[in-house]
Amino acid sequence: MSKQRVIIIFPHPDDETFGTGGTIADFIEKGANVTYWCGTLGDMGRNMGNPVFANRETLSTHRRKELQEATEVLGIDYVHLGYRDKTIEFEPLEEIVTHLRTKLEQEKPDLVITHFPGYAVHPDHDALGRAAVEAVKEMKEEERPELWLHAISNQAATDLGEPAIVRDVSEYWDTKWKALRTHLSQADGMVDLLNREDQLERLKTERFYTGDQLR
Amino acid sequence: MEAIVREDVQKEIDAFAGKPVYVHLETTNGAYASHFNEKAHNVGAFIRNANVTYSHGKIISTGGGYRVGLKLELGWVYAEGLTDYEVDEQNRLLMAGHDEQGRLMVALEISQTPFAHEADSHE
Repeated sequence: MSKQRVIIIFPHPDDETFGTGGTIADFIEKGANVTYWCGTLGDMGRNMGNPVFANRETLSTHRRKELQEATEVLGIDYVHLGYRDKTIEFEPLEEIVTHLRTKLEQEKPDLVITHFPGYAVHPDHDALGRAAVEAVKEMKEEERPELWLHAISNQAATDLGEPAIVRDVSEYWDTKWKALRTHLSQADGMVDLLNREDQLERLKTERFYTGDQLR
Repeated sequence: MEAIVREDVQKEIDAFAGKPVYVHLETTNGAYASHFNEKAHNVGAFIRNANVTYSHGKIISTGGGYRVGLKLELGWVYAEGLTDYEVDEQNRLLMAGHDEQGRLMVALEISQTPFAHEADSHE
């Protein structure tokens, strides 16, 4: 699949790598132009590195730098949308929708990847995913990009069935792993995760629901 | 951050007493607690830039960590589980409690100027 212009919309530095790192690497290899619109700088995260090297006031600085490094590894650009970690769901939805729609109308992507609202576990994931889905719906039909939705909830398969797109990204695992490692402040949560073989295997497959699977 | 030295932190708390200060107070067990353990319950609270003046404050050792209480004219600011602290280059007193994996569980920070993230200035 060759996508010309792809925009990824997630709220935190590291969401891009966990959810779509392999797919991004694949797209880049095939010549696509991919940009990550990162909602927040993850300033309220609780992982501070292990051993601890960040604090509440410096965490966003570390995470911005990590995001810079991860996007360099993946070969993409990023834009910080300027929201605050943990607060997206409390902003007026319509304002975020308008913000995203206006930007999407300028950028004219062929594909938008975001979280599946209601099935993405973290309130920021659900809120930004919801806004992104609405923004795409509000676009003129001829400009409307394809929509892929990343679900995380254990409940997703039961409620929604299987995702339409299941991509084996083991071929791009080295790049995804290298990008994951740049998110050093969050690394301990990651090592924890990677000690579980089933979780590691999960990261080698990236699954996306499509816009017509929304409910 | 480094391990709390009670006497040193007490001096810092005393230095802010009687002055209008900004407080950041939070506790969290993370956004994924109930995702990884369905019996767990996500719990968290934070208040950023509460503008208060405390008449006095005290730090108490609990053996494993520390509690801090700040007495306000009409109430209190309270945090339990603090383990580490630093006074940063902006003279803010940052205190936090971390679990064995370095994850923040509680934070209490006091500043004479409003808290703003360092990365904000690079927008």
